[in-house]
Amino acid sequence: MPFLWLVLILLAIAAVGYALGRARALASSGGDIVQLHSLPVYYGSNAALKSLVPALAVLAVWLVAQPIYVTNVVSGMIPQAQIAEGVSDSLALSEVRRIADGLDLAVANGALTEGEARDGNADVGALTQTLQDAGAVVTNEITAQALAAAQRFRALSAGGAWAMTAVVIAIAVIGAFVGIRQTHKDFRARNVVEQGIRALLIAASLIAILTTLGIVLSLVFNTIEFFRLYPALDFFFGTEWAPSFTGRGGASSLGVLPLLWGTIYISVVALVVAVPIGLFSAIYLSEYASPAVRSFAKPLLEVLAGIPTIVYGLFALLTVGPLLVSVFGEGGLLGVNWQGGGRAVITAGIVMGIMLIPFVSSLSDDIINAVPQALRDGSYGLGATQSETVKQVILPAALPGIVGAILLAASRAIGETMIVVLGAGAAARLSLSPFEAMTTVTAKIVSQLTGDSDFASPEALVAFALGMTLFILTLGLNILALHIVRKYREQYE
Amino acid sequence: MTDTNASRTAPKASLLTIDSHTKRRQAAEKRFRVYGIVAIVIGMLFLAVLAVSIIRSGLPAFTKTIVEVEFTLTQDEFDAAEKQLFKTKAYAGYFNAALLTKLREQGLDVEVDAKAIERILGKTGGTIREFYRANTEQIGQPVAFKLAAASRVDGYFKGRVSRDTLQDSRFMQLSDLDLVDALYSAGIIRQVFNWTFITGADSGVDNPGGAGIGASVVGSFFMMLVVLGLSLPIGVAASIYLEEFAPQNRITDFIEVNISNLAAVPSIVYGILGLSIFIQVMHLPQSAPLVGGLVLTLMTLPRIIIPARAALKAVPPSIRDAALGVGASKVQTVFHHVLPLATPGILTGLIIGLGQALGETAPLLLIGMVGFVARGYPDGFIAGFTDPNSAMPAQIYTWAARADVGFYEKAWGGIIILLIFLLTMNILAVILRRKFERRW
Amino acid sequence: MNDMRFVETRVTTNEAKFTAKDVQVYYGDNHAIKDVSIDIEDKTVTAFIGPSGCGKSTFLRCLNRMNDTIDICRVEGDILLDGEDIYDKKVDPVQLRARVGMVFQKPNPFPKSIYDNVAYGPRIHGMARTRADLDEIVEKSLRRAALWDEAKDRLNAPGTGLSGGQQQRLCIARAVATEPEVLLMDEPCSALDPIATSQVEELIADLRTRFSVVIVTHSMQQAARVSQKTAFFHLGDLVEYGDTGHIFTNPEDPRTESYITGRIG
Repeated sequence: MPFLWLVLILLAIAAVGYALGRARALASSGGDIVQLHSLPVYYGSNAALKSLVPALAVLAVWLVAQPIYVTNVVSGMIPQAQIAEGVSDSLALSEVRRIADGLDLAVANGALTEGEARDGNADVGALTQTLQDAGAVVTNEITAQALAAAQRFRALSAGGAWAMTAVVIAIAVIGAFVGIRQTHKDFRARNVVEQGIRALLIAASLIAILTTLGIVLSLVFNTIEFFRLYPALDFFFGTEWAPSFTGRGGASSLGVLPLLWGTIYISVVALVVAVPIGLFSAIYLSEYASPAVRSFAKPLLEVLAGIPTIVYGLFALLTVGPLLVSVFGEGGLLGVNWQGGGRAVITAGIVMGIMLIPFVSSLSDDIINAVPQALRDGSYGLGATQSETVKQVILPAALPGIVGAILLAASRAIGETMIVVLGAGAAARLSLSPFEAMTTVTAKIVSQLTGDSDFASPEALVAFALGMTLFILTLGLNILALHIVRKYREQYE
Repeated sequence: MTDTNASRTAPKASLLTIDSHTKRRQAAEKRFRVYGIVAIVIGMLFLAVLAVSIIRSGLPAFTKTIVEVEFTLTQDEFDAAEKQLFKTKAYAGYFNAALLTKLREQGLDVEVDAKAIERILGKTGGTIREFYRANTEQIGQPVAFKLAAASRVDGYFKGRVSRDTLQDSRFMQLSDLDLVDALYSAGIIRQVFNWTFITGADSGVDNPGGAGIGASVVGSFFMMLVVLGLSLPIGVAASIYLEEFAPQNRITDFIEVNISNLAAVPSIVYGILGLSIFIQVMHLPQSAPLVGGLVLTLMTLPRIIIPARAALKAVPPSIRDAALGVGASKVQTVFHHVLPLATPGILTGLIIGLGQALGETAPLLLIGMVGFVARGYPDGFIAGFTDPNSAMPAQIYTWAARADVGFYEKAWGGIIILLIFLLTMNILAVILRRKFERRW
Repeated sequence: MNDMRFVETRVTTNEAKFTAKDVQVYYGDNHAIKDVSIDIEDKTVTAFIGPSGCGKSTFLRCLNRMNDTIDICRVEGDILLDGEDIYDKKVDPVQLRARVGMVFQKPNPFPKSIYDNVAYGPRIHGMARTRADLDEIVEKSLRRAALWDEAKDRLNAPGTGLSGGQQQRLCIARAVATEPEVLLMDEPCSALDPIATSQVEELIADLRTRFSVVIVTHSMQQAARVSQKTAFFHLGDLVEYGDTGHIFTNPEDPRTESYITGRIG
């Protein structure tokens, strides 16, 4: 693994830089620490930082940039004619990459020499056979162009790797050298190192912005690509969701409305379960419960929040679904035949509601506790009972905060994936019955992006448009909720 | 209701008698209190039902049903079998004969039919032939064969399958269960601890008995190494900057708004981010724990930064003033005094964040870390990061989504293992908090 | 202390509204009130004075059982309202508090309209049958609190939007709306400016005609201005209790004298 070695070499250079910097500083003051401007550690650190940080930064950028560059060069080599035949760009590219991997494998196995692998005039048929014998996954017939592209790909990648190693090590050595040269007893090493540390801290906090940027860019570009293949109006206002399974487009209907309906319906059921239970628990725990009950019940309820969603998904699929069918299904306890299968809106909704109970209760608890005691005293002083105080003074005072908490819970519900994937079903429909299976935006993102679909087809790209919808929806709800909660907090601060 | 006008003029009623209006108010008070108790009880009830279903459905995953028969194959029998056209069938014959002898020794008089054995145990001949061809020195020696029983037999012992459910089964007949009962009373068929489940890798869709979670535990482990290695330094650095150094300006505000919003972005969106940036643009390997770790790092970072900032904020300003007062620089103050005091709080937040990452499923599905990828262990430390693998929750999802109900038990069992890991982490967090909690 | 002017109403002895006997209050292990016995007269303003932490507020809160809301607080001894023990098991504090109203240190109007603030008490106690009844009660209470002229045009505006002094008068209006017999005031002017304070003090003098008023105050001048009876508390003991004029001019206990002359407190 050359990459690991490269990192180790960089670390070694930095360590040497550290030792030399420290030694030089001590030498310049004749071994007397008091004569130095900073502690010896800082002189060493200065050299180490100067060698390591720029080298690692260049390494990171290179690792990202090289594949993009190589892909661009190679994709230019694939003749347009081949793409027109219906093989999409990305498929052809991945074939090229597979051939390249196959060549690597064959060379590693000894089935081919390096020279043979690079031979531009090799017999394509024989080479295919060799590669398949070596255990590489390649299609039946390698075309000459694809082979040429693969060979170019290998050459570029290998060349790039060597260049990267050389450049990065050079930067590290130069950095260490500069750091050591600077070292002198009057050099303000501590200030320089501290500035470096500050810069690193800033860089770390900028990752939050980069993440947001990454999310937005990856959603926007792919969504635009999708709308180029599929009309946006049909996506936003289509009432039918029926992707064709061939992955070739054409006959697919990709209307988002049934998915949005399922998402909202399930979220509403979840909130109907979670809000009363969560709110009443919070009221009881903060206004009535003795400290003993509170210290026991609150953490137990919060356990529900720490359980991974996959557990809830399985609970919906295997426990709650069958249970509900035995009540509402054919021959069930109620004698009605409303629910055909375990997977239904109500199944996913109830389980999601259970998941949200602690979310609603702990947020409401915080908010109720933020209501000043003076208001409670005022109410009790007038002869109100506790429940009157809660209903007529505390809840109205806490209302904005509680609305904010419910909006946050709603945003959670809309973005929840595993419970609906396992509990709600796969059929997209616009129906009013909570006992029918429906599906959601998140569930369809999973189903469109898993499996072997071609990422250039509208059936796969639609997932990014769905992700965009989801992102905007949850972000909007969150910003609104945080705004309301913050306003509420300010009111009592 | 008391007469309002009267109550205003007439002397008030005695305090010791409760008027009807107050009685009604007391009743309302009681009702309200009951609503609260009911809500909490319902919450607890859900938790209890969840716990019971996990334990009841998950424990059987830790046992499996095997048939153990000891018999000796002579050289002549071996030669004879190897000459036949259907070689494995000959071995199955020897096995069946040994089984029958065993039963007769116990005085059990049931019919043993080759087809029935095949339904109960699968094709035994192949396994036995493989063994003898590989270990020719064992010919003539007594060998105890332990063979896994078919999924339905396993289900019969675990209560998943009954005579009723087998009524119209294509895979088993009711008479087979008589034979199974006889084998059980002869001590030939029994339940043993299923080590395969803990150490094994995922199996094919038709073999729930052979499925294990070990490989995906390893996948989760490597993923968590990435998350820990990246999110600890980055998260701590970002919190220190925002809490201690950042000037009050628009950029800082923007970063803070970003962090609080990222904490609420649905996890599936991080999966989309990972798919398009790490896999499509950067061409990192698909299904690799490295990529999974990167995605989960981005997802976990805001959830670590928020409690870490709270921990730093909880360190009283007097400590900073004291350090600055003796001439320490701002950086020295933070790293020598503030950070060590905030460490327990930061670690607690980190562990809780890692716990969330460990249980996260949706983004992993998008970057290809689905269960069936976990077919074996990675060969080596570096390969652990880059070889295709799955993770515990994704493996559980894959099992839950399979058609064979035998996998459901594995999914529940997987949940038990996942929850054991999470519980350990949370206990660790609680201990840390208890041990180092400091109040000023 | 020449600027002290005493309330000019003649001190008459009314019948006792509250009778406290050997009251002890504990906060956990802390013995906050020791052996306090006092008779509080009807239609009289009684002032509790004393240094901070002396227990005067604690004792005040015993009179309408507000201490019940504090878990660790324990009250022993007898407190009788019109001869009935208010700590009797059969007494619902809710009924008691309708008869013994309270105004707090910091104005604490509910985040509701002015109208709803005043109507809150009558509503929960079921004192009005019709909307018109309620309107009447609200108007009467606001007039008694001398707030009607300022508030009548904005009854639906939020109570929190009023000025500090107006908020405190709103709280007084809220308290008198339930027609209490006793009004407890816990340092009602400590958060107010001098002008608002004098308005509230005038109001107290006015309220005396209908209610018995008990006021806890930090300010000796205020006690002298508004009260007819004064009780001096020190370290949980009731040191001295008597006519205000008497206490301020001729204190019997040396501790009272030290406090009044400003040597302790």
